[in-house]
This record gives sequence, structure tokens and C-alpha cells, in this order.
Amino acid sequence: MVAWLTRVFGPAHLELVEEVVQDALVKALQQWPYSGIPDNPSGWLFRVARNGALDIIRRHAVFDARAPEIAAELERASDADPLSPWAIEDDELRLVFMCCHPALPPDSRVALSLKTAGGFSVPEIARAFLSADATIAQRLVRAKRVLREQHIGLELPRGSDLTARLESVLEVIYLMFNEGYSAHAGDDLIRNDLCGEALRLGRLVAQSPHLVTSGAPTAHALAALMAFQSARLPARIDANGEMVLLEDQDRALWDQRLVTLGFAHLERSAQGDTMSAYHAQAAIAAIHARIDRVDHARWAEILGLYDDLVALNSSPVIRLNRAVAVSRVHGVDAALRIIEGLEKEPALAQYYLLPSVKGRLLAERGDLASAAACYRTALALPCTEPERRFLLRRLEAVSGGEW
Amino acid sequence: MPKYMLLLHDNPASFSKLSPEEMQKVIQKYIAWGQRMQNAGVLRDRNKLVDDNGKVLRKSGSDVRITDGPYSETKEVLGGYYTVEAENYDAIVDIVRDSPHFDFGGTIEVRQIEEMRRPGN
Repeated sequence: MVAWLTRVFGPAHLELVEEVVQDALVKALQQWPYSGIPDNPSGWLFRVARNGALDIIRRHAVFDARAPEIAAELERASDADPLSPWAIEDDELRLVFMCCHPALPPDSRVALSLKTAGGFSVPEIARAFLSADATIAQRLVRAKRVLREQHIGLELPRGSDLTARLESVLEVIYLMFNEGYSAHAGDDLIRNDLCGEALRLGRLVAQSPHLVTSGAPTAHALAALMAFQSARLPARIDANGEMVLLEDQDRALWDQRLVTLGFAHLERSAQGDTMSAYHAQAAIAAIHARIDRVDHARWAEILGLYDDLVALNSSPVIRLNRAVAVSRVHGVDAALRIIEGLEKEPALAQYYLLPSVKGRLLAERGDLASAAACYRTALALPCTEPERRFLLRRLEAVSGGEW
Repeated sequence: MPKYMLLLHDNPASFSKLSPEEMQKVIQKYIAWGQRMQNAGVLRDRNKLVDDNGKVLRKSGSDVRITDGPYSETKEVLGGYYTVEAENYDAIVDIVRDSPHFDFGGTIEVRQIEEMRRPGN
């Protein structure tokens, strides 16, 4: 609804659009407890929002010149069939592309996407990014000002600009997913709502008819990656809210519908000859999804994919993940040599997983004292509560002579 | 069985900050609450009142003066009412206790309807 009204009003009036939609929802909240939910709730909301919108163009002088045109467009949408799903998706896609405009600072892109396309409230976004409400609110105000001042609209860019914008869109979606998948801090390890929204937007982009010629395979690869990872979410945390490592996870808890969805997107990501970092990561996730116990041969396959991934994006975090695969194929010592190199990376200086992985490898080699030291180092770095408890359990185990 | 009125006072400003998803959850909770009352066979009637706060009529001198409703100076409004049947106030408390209405600073006033024998009935 936000997307549709944004198109009708113009993105410069995003504020008004949000107000209209919010008012419609508040009306529902006040009325439905007494009347029950109407037969067609979205039609009801749509009607109320449209009446609110008509009210606004009559009240606000800024629309004077365009008022008749906007009113006509609002009237045109019929009650019975307010919006076809295709039209909604198209409006929404344009909205996401607008939110990821390069003129906006990257921080603002994520916040704006969550707010306008995802319908998240300011406090929810603030919680997700551990910022103050005021910080997020300010970020949104600034973003909307940029949209207004630079006359950024809902038109999709063309040609190579579209490809560039798509990259930004996928990056924003991936960031959103990662924030949900592994929160930076706080009591919860996972924020399912962020993961769900990222997956929804990723699929929206992947299935868009606008991108068939450019970028669809990459979007499908990201959607596949997110679907596989989401499938594992229920198994990543046990009944006590404790973190469970991949190899210890109860596979019966994996969401098979999402696994299937992941494979469907993976298949479509293979159309064309693009090989993106998302492709490699999705392929790795697919191997884990396909087999219960990853054996030596499979680890070699995974390592090959990590090699591809490092060639595409040699971020230290990816090299750390590759080190785990190296340990399974070439042994712990080879992996430890890679990790020693990574310890000099400033980007990983505050990353608890680096000493945590090192501790695990040292423990496997039987060097329990050094492993314990690593877990202590990890515990001094920022992590979520469940992660901290996980590290404490590991520390206790190696200190007690087991690994 | 005695009848009671549940008068739901709420503060509309308190949910204007909710996200659509949160609102959906709140609505679901209200619906579930209404359903529980229906299943228990206690619900007789429910109505929402129009948001205008109504009018208050008062005698002033020899005139009757009409002013805006009683709550116009406060943020709280009487949003609607439920009519229910229950054994006594204790039974009502059991029904009302888990209302989502309290999650947002709303209050529920419970009043018993006095049963009267009307002449001619």
C-alpha cells in the first residue's frame, strides 16, 4: 500500500503516504475488536487509506496543480479489486530500488528500505541496529530530504545503471539478512523478522520481470542463500535459547519448505554465466542442506567453492570461513597457518569468531591450554548473550580436558 | 444471570507508533479475546463508539447547554463497550484479565447492569 500510494503521490511525499497508511491501520485497530475482521481486510484497509489520501490532497495546498490527476488515479482503483498482486509487486520493487539509490548513504538505504518497503517502525529498526530511536529517525529524515531535493523518483534505471543499482539493492538485502541472522549484540542471537523481510525482498527482486535480462541470476543466488540459511534458523537455537553449531543441529528442525525454495532459486541462479559471491555461498549452503554428514570429498568441494569465493571477494571473514574448510581437507595445521595470517587483519581485530575458530582448531589438535586462551580472548570481544554463553561452555570444556 | 458492561477506555495515541506488523498482532489478540468470550458463551453484544467523544448535555440556568464529550481534555477516550453475562464480578475478572487492552495503557471499567422489572413486562 505504501508502494502504491508513493507512486500516486510521488516519492517527495513519502511522509504523507506513511501517515495515511498508519491512520488506516489505527482505524482498523480501533474498529475490528468490536466488529470482527472484515471479509476482505486488505480491501477494507485500502478503502480507508484511499479516503484518507483523498482527504489529504484536498487539505494540502502543495498538491494543487496535481490534485485532479492524483484524485483520478485514487478513484480509478476499484474497491472490489484494489490492486492486482502484480501491480503491488511492481510498485514495491520500484520502491526498494529507490531506497537503494546511490545518492543515499548506505546506512540510510537499509533503514529506508525497512521503513518504507518492510513497514518496520522506527523503534524496531533502532532495535535491529542497536541505535537510538532518534538516530534512526534522523537517518530517515535525511534520506527523505535527499529524495526530495534530488528529485529521486520511482523510475527504474536502465542498462548498466540498472545493474549497478541492483548491486546496491542486493547488498542492502544481504546486510538486512545478516543483521537478522547474526545480530551484533543483544540478548537474541537471531532476529527472524529481519531475515524474513530480507528473504521476501530478495525473492521479489529475483522474480521481477524487469531484471530478466540483467542480474536475475545473481538475485536468485542471493535468494537461494537466504532461503537455505533461513531453513536452519529453527535449529540454530535450542529450547533454552542456546546456540547450536551446524554439525550438532537437529536436521528434523530444518524448515524443508525453505530448503526446497532454496534449491528452486539455486537452479534459476545457474541460468546465464554469472558467478557471483552469492552463487558460491549459496552453493556451499546447498551442500550442507543436501547431506547429513559432510565427508572428506564434500569438504573438498566446499573448499573449491571457497576458493572461488575468495577470488571474487577476498574479505577476511570469507578467508576465515575458508580456513575451516581447509582444516577439513588439508588438516588443522594448514588452517592454523591461515588464521595466523588473519590475526594481523585490522578488520578482524574485534571479531570474536577468529579466536573462537582458532580455539576450536587448537583443541582438535589437543592443545587445550592454548585453546582455552583463545576462548578467553574471544570472550573479551563483542558478541550476543547466547554466543557469550557458548564460548563459556567451550572454555569450560577445554579447561576440563575435553574438546 | 447478571449482565455486565465492559467499558473500554483507550488512548489512541499509544498505538500510532506501532508498525503494521505489530498492529496486526494486536488486532489478532483482540479477536482471540472476543472469540474466547464467545466460546465461553458470555458475550452478548459489542459496539464501537464513534471517535468524536460525543456530547454532554447540562442544565445551565434555564437552558440546556451542549458541550463536547467528557474526555475531550484528556487523551483517553471511551472507545467501545462489550455486554457480557457472568455469575459475579470475580467471574468477570477472569474474563477480562487477559484482555490485550491493557498492553497499551487502556483501562476497562466493569459495571453491572441492574436488572429491573419493568411495569407491563
